[in-house]
Amino acid sequence: MTRLRSAALVGNPNAGKSALFNALTGARQKIANYPGVTVERKAGRLILPSGEPVELTDLPGSYGLHPTSPDEEVTAKVILGHFPGEAAPEVLVIVLDASNLEQHLVFAQEIIALGRPTVVALNMIDLAERDGLVLDPKALETALGVPVIPTVAVRRRGLEQLVAAIADAEERAPEHHKPFIDHTERRVTAHAIADAAIVSETRRHRLHARLDRVLLHPWLGPLILFALLFVVFQAVFAGATPFADALDAGVSWLHDRVRDTIPPSLARDLLTDGVISGVGSVVVFLPQIVILFFFILAMEASGYMARAAFLMDRMMAAVGLSGRSFIPLLSSFACAIPGIMATRSITDPRDRLTTILIAPLMTCSARLPVYAVIIAAFIPNRAVAFGIGLQGLVLLALYVAGIVGAMVVALVLRRSITKGAASGFIMELPKYQMPHPKDLAIGLFQRAWIFLRRAGTIIFTVTVVLWLLLNFPRAQDGQNQVDASIAGHIANGLAVVVEPIGFNRDMALALIPAMAAREVAVSSLATTYAVAANDENQAARALGEQLKRNWTLPMALAFLAWFVFAPQCMSTIAVTRRETNGWKWPAFMLAYLFALAYAAAGLTFWAATAAGL
Amino acid sequence: MTLDLMPVGQRARIVAVDWSRLVDEEAQRLRALGLDVGARVAVAHRGVFAGNDPLAVTVGRMTVALRRVHARAMTVEAA
Repeated sequence: MTRLRSAALVGNPNAGKSALFNALTGARQKIANYPGVTVERKAGRLILPSGEPVELTDLPGSYGLHPTSPDEEVTAKVILGHFPGEAAPEVLVIVLDASNLEQHLVFAQEIIALGRPTVVALNMIDLAERDGLVLDPKALETALGVPVIPTVAVRRRGLEQLVAAIADAEERAPEHHKPFIDHTERRVTAHAIADAAIVSETRRHRLHARLDRVLLHPWLGPLILFALLFVVFQAVFAGATPFADALDAGVSWLHDRVRDTIPPSLARDLLTDGVISGVGSVVVFLPQIVILFFFILAMEASGYMARAAFLMDRMMAAVGLSGRSFIPLLSSFACAIPGIMATRSITDPRDRLTTILIAPLMTCSARLPVYAVIIAAFIPNRAVAFGIGLQGLVLLALYVAGIVGAMVVALVLRRSITKGAASGFIMELPKYQMPHPKDLAIGLFQRAWIFLRRAGTIIFTVTVVLWLLLNFPRAQDGQNQVDASIAGHIANGLAVVVEPIGFNRDMALALIPAMAAREVAVSSLATTYAVAANDENQAARALGEQLKRNWTLPMALAFLAWFVFAPQCMSTIAVTRRETNGWKWPAFMLAYLFALAYAAAGLTFWAATAAGL
Repeated sequence: MTLDLMPVGQRARIVAVDWSRLVDEEAQRLRALGLDVGARVAVAHRGVFAGNDPLAVTVGRMTVALRRVHARAMTVEAA
């Protein structure tokens, strides 16, 4: 007998596969992409009763072996062993939602018919019992001809039996060759098998139907959604501040410590001003991203996210998108990178591309430091009415400008470049359930790790390159380093281009390092105005005075308008390249967003000047 | 009567589906979710604010969200 090496979880979406995967593998997970496609490959180590490890993969949820989305295509190819470089899993673990058997058994029959070693996990049996459904796993086992193990992934029930069944599954000979049956017949059989397995069914008032009556109410539903979004944003922006400040202080401390211990040299400056400050300025956004993802993961795990998509579908349809685009766009308010990665769940490729292209227009948290500094310096802190401050109103206007811009762009794209049949919206609304803390924790850890790894690679590289551009060639005596540097020369050229929209050379110079990440504009303006400051907050206060001396109000407003649209984020470009498999779409994104930014800043500058501001 | 015209909560059975009105992938997806001839369905929720789109349809023990255009391709009779 050869040693068992691989197994895979397969099943419909919402079968509780991910929870089962987490319960079986714990935190020993590896997340990557399947080569050549942007579908996530989740793999982990499962320990058999003999103590031997098996690679367990969590295949994307699918309704059948005839794919309708990139996710389903990967699942089908991996199961059939057609995926290049990916051996077919030796044991297939079919995950069924116990309370939705007649649906889930359709795909299950298709898998079992392959005649491969197969085990069935009759999952979420507790939810079925809650709904008054009593099942007979033995009857199901007889009907299907493969072992059926009742499980409750989140309570770790039935896991040992399931692992034992996986270990034994290998010796089963492929004996279930069934003649080809078509979809309709399979559905009829699924019904019969499900009915036979149901011992009793009391029609209890199902919890999710009652919740839906409130949460999907035509008027109450959207109101609840908007209230929830308000809470999320409040938590992201207010709740993260103490943690972000602490991280910021930590970065400053490290910066100073390194500066004090290493003798002055160019290498030291590269380490402190380049690496630590640069990477540090991005790492401080970690708390916001973690908080945002906490809400997104909780909304997904509880089943509410599908309801949010339902409620937003009508609005998204107005610009040619569907409710599915809502989740990625919501994520983009924290950061476009997780937002663009979340577009993978959109089945229609044109919808997905449109969503990716407009995601950078959602006001991400990296714009906030820039907005905060400029608004504090130029917009008087006075109340307009009823405690609504003028500064807050301007900030809101910047957010709205991004959303309206995105909607208009989506509308135009869907009628030109991503033209095609109006995309549909077909989506299962899963049952409500309490998110399990462990699953949330694993999900959060994975998101945070992806973000930090990016900060450690792409952002690190870009920061070092920019530092080199700003520091070479070295200045002669009496010459300003910035003026002498390559970046300074680029700024001189750029200044000619941005002069018509009201930008001076200092602003042009700030735009260059801000290509790495928008918030770098603040620290680079501070450097340019030679403000001696230890941390960004102090720099921001002193910087305000400098800005007021050197800029006019129309210039400041133009600068704000620029940042609403400008694609000043290397990571977004990089992730777009990866998600669209090429340079075509990131190049298009750069071009159209810079064009929009230029037009918006120019219009703002000339309108403000004409208005005599 | 087509599914999109059904009053909320009324139980019905799908008697015919005009698949030609739907994009192939959408048709396949609807079938995969059990929305096919013979399925017992009911409209559970309809629209947001004053609109009529999208619909939430219960089929078996599942609730599926779909658009009115999809529901219009399905002929139902009360059950």
